[in-house]
This record gives sequence, C-alpha cells and structure tokens, in this order.
Amino acid sequence: MTTPTPVEIAEPDVDNIVELEDPWVTIVWNDPVNLMSYVAYVFRNYFGYTDEKAHELMLQVHHDGKAVVSSGRREQMERHVQAMHEYGLWATLERQDA
Amino acid sequence: MKPFKKRRRGGITATFEIGEAHLLANLAGQVVELLRDRNAEEESEADPLAAQLGMGGSSLPPDDPVLLRLLPDAYRDDPDDAGEFRRFTERALTTSKVHHAETLIGSLVDGGLRFETPLSSVDDEPVEVELDHAEVQSWLRALTDIRLSLAVRLGIESEEDTQLVAQSGDDAIVAMSDIYEWLGYVQETLISALE
Repeated sequence: MTTPTPVEIAEPDVDNIVELEDPWVTIVWNDPVNLMSYVAYVFRNYFGYTDEKAHELMLQVHHDGKAVVSSGRREQMERHVQAMHEYGLWATLERQDA
Repeated sequence: MKPFKKRRRGGITATFEIGEAHLLANLAGQVVELLRDRNAEEESEADPLAAQLGMGGSSLPPDDPVLLRLLPDAYRDDPDDAGEFRRFTERALTTSKVHHAETLIGSLVDGGLRFETPLSSVDDEPVEVELDHAEVQSWLRALTDIRLSLAVRLGIESEEDTQLVAQSGDDAIVAMSDIYEWLGYVQETLISALE
C-alpha cells in the first residue's frame, strides 16, 4: 500500500490556455442611435467592467467605429453577441486574427 | 413627462402625460407586432420542441430593414455561420424582445393607462410608472428597440442624419424625429436615475 507523495503543483492558468486555443472576439460596432451613456451602462452591467474601462470601450466604439469588448471561447462569444443584440447593440464575433 | 428618479426605497419612477403614455405603448406594440410576424413566418415548418427552446427559426436574415437591425447577423463576413447562428438563436432573441416591449406596456397599464377611446387613464390622471429591477432592464431594451426601429424608418445611418431629419422640410419626418429625440431623453433620464 502506498499514499501519494504530496507535491507542490502550480495552479494552471486556465484562462490563458483557453484563449490561446480558441481566440475568438466579440466586437461592438458604432451606430448613430444608441446613447453613449447606454453603451457604457451595458459594458458595466453585462461584462462587469469598471466605470473607467466601460467608458474607455464606449469611446473606442464611438471614435474608431468598433471595439473588441471580450475574447475567449467561441461559444462564450456567441452568448455575448446574443446578449448584445438583446440590448440593441450591434455586435459580431470573429476569430481574433481574422 | 416628469423624468425618471430613484425612490428612497429603490423603485424607479416617472410620470407621463396621457398622450405620451399612449405613444409609448403604441410604439412598443408596433415592435411586438413586427417581431411576432417574423416568428410566425416560419411557424408552419418549425419543429414544436425546437420552437419552444427558441431554436428552429429561419437561417435567412429578414427582408425588412427594421427587423434586420433588431435581429442582426452575428457573423459579419460569413453568411453560413451567420445563418446557422440565426437558425438556433433568433427565435429566443425575438421572444425576449417581445417580452421587454410587453413589459413596458404592462408598466404603463399598472400606472393607470387605459386603451378605451378617447385616450384615457384611470381618473384621467397622468400615468405614473414605478419600475423594479427587472422592469428597468426591460424598459432599457424596449426603448432601444423602439429607437432603433424609428431610426431605420427615418433613414438615420450617421450622426449627421440625425440633424438632417430634425431640419427636414417634411412635417411628418420632423414629427417622427421629435418622437425619436424624446425617446432618447426618456432613456437618458432612466440611465441617470440608475447611477
């Protein structure tokens, strides 16, 4: 009989591995209808971003015409896109290197 | 209209004149009809279980530009992926949007709006709505869908277009543009009340 020898195992960084394997992104596109305050509200409340980050992303959408608002697994990005469409934001997903 | 404000015990309230409340309910009702027609299009062929799960819709984008804006493609340059995504998710998205618009109408009815003619409310008082958290979420989305729909009908595709329609020589366009601007104001006061 034996017992396993305790060993120190570093916690794998799962998020990074997933991102390397499946680099998909959610993009929100600018539109002339949605209020800037609303877009920032959605980024804060749906993605849980800080006021500052949400505001920054909103301005990026406004000035550059689009912004990557999230990255990760394809299925997860599909859920984000559907949620954005429910909010009335114009969003798409694509491969990160597309 | 008295703009949205946060009550001390957490509810979010606003007061609408009877005409404003009817206008809001009417516009939300139009969004509901448009979305229902879209879902009905495919119903005869749909698998009932798939339909119940919000799947089994069309894989083709809607022809109506308003519906296309409310239910956009999820993939920009890949019609096959976009069609597949639409087939599995559009019905659920449409159902959510109908729910949000109907919630908005329901809040107005709770606030005293009645649909008899001539336009009326209980005791002919202004319509006061009080929204809980879930209703706020529905109002934000429903107001957005109404504004998106009006913007498509007005031909607003850029920020300059918003100015152009406001200064149009056509009275009907100006009237619709005024409503569009007012809805933006309503939504803005709702968002500030949440902060």
